Amino acid sequence: MADMNKMSLRVMRYNPERDDAPRMQGYDVPWDPSTSFLDALSYIKDTLDPSLSFRSSCRMAICGSCGVMINGVPKLACKTFLRDYPEGAAVEAMANFPVERDLVVDLTHFLEYIQTLKPYILGNQRRPEEGPNSQTPEQLAAFRKFSMCINCGLCYAACPQFGLNSGFLGPAALTLAQRYNLDSRDFGKAERMPHINKEKGGVWACTFVGYCSEVCPKHVDPASALQQCKVESALDFAAAVLNCTKKKEAGHGKQT
Amino acid sequence: MKELKRSNEPLFWLLFGAGGMWGAIFAPIIILSMLLLPAFGVEGGERLWRLVHDSIFGKVFMLAMIVLPLWCGFHRIHHCLHDMKIHSALVKPLCYLAALALSGLAFWAVVTP
Repeated sequence: MADMNKMSLRVMRYNPERDDAPRMQGYDVPWDPSTSFLDALSYIKDTLDPSLSFRSSCRMAICGSCGVMINGVPKLACKTFLRDYPEGAAVEAMANFPVERDLVVDLTHFLEYIQTLKPYILGNQRRPEEGPNSQTPEQLAAFRKFSMCINCGLCYAACPQFGLNSGFLGPAALTLAQRYNLDSRDFGKAERMPHINKEKGGVWACTFVGYCSEVCPKHVDPASALQQCKVESALDFAAAVLNCTKKKEAGHGKQT
Repeated sequence: MKELKRSNEPLFWLLFGAGGMWGAIFAPIIILSMLLLPAFGVEGGERLWRLVHDSIFGKVFMLAMIVLPLWCGFHRIHHCLHDMKIHSALVKPLCYLAALALSGLAFWAVVTP
């Protein structure tokens, strides 16, 4: 390791008990073409500065724990390599989330929004003895892409609308809602639509910037899911207006 | 579950979408054939203007040509102001009232012979 080339990384440090604001600290890290940013952060913690805090688990872009900003772009540290940053790089905590310490952010909002939208199969009465639900390849293809989300939160770090309004349910949660609304085994759309339609924080806070889809490490394409959500919400709006008109007509009929 | 207030955004979004499509598909050729080419002395624009004057189809088309991009534009202004952190409650009504007023003006201008 001693004879390896070294790269200068600047890493965001923040201890809320001591610091007024986050600051950047420089570290020289040995690297070769296979060194990921997660390897570099682990090297810093193991050999240079044990006080550095960051989240990680699987090291293979499936757990979604190691989201950070690398040169201002949301990335998974395990899936991003030092070889692509020959000039060095700045590693910061994910944007748009409150920072707990160093690179660790508070994901509470994000996790609550996912729960709000009930991303699991609802209202399916089929019992185990009746065998599995069957689904055609077309029915699977309708939602499969949206089911690849690993809840890393990079799309929230990328979303300028979530940055402006933390009440926005956001890309990943709404994508999951659309994923289950599209699933032929699910009957829970009516429970999810009021949250998607709502004035504050529903899908209409999205302005189709599209950066969420650009940064998604699993190519989920949340921007496309949210556009589909908007079409659903617009149809739901039209249906509500028509129903309201029908109810009024019925009420009028009774009176006369 | 407490009643969640439904957003009225679908109405404006559909007008925005229609305006965007109209602006992309019809607006360039109409502006070119009815305004720019005649200004450079190319003939043919006159026939299109006559169509707008004389037929219901022409009037409806011209009205859509003006009104839909108006709603699209004011919708964009409304959201751009939000992006620029201007969150006044007046922005939305002002933008859409302006679109409504200009749509009324367009209706008057196109329909009156």
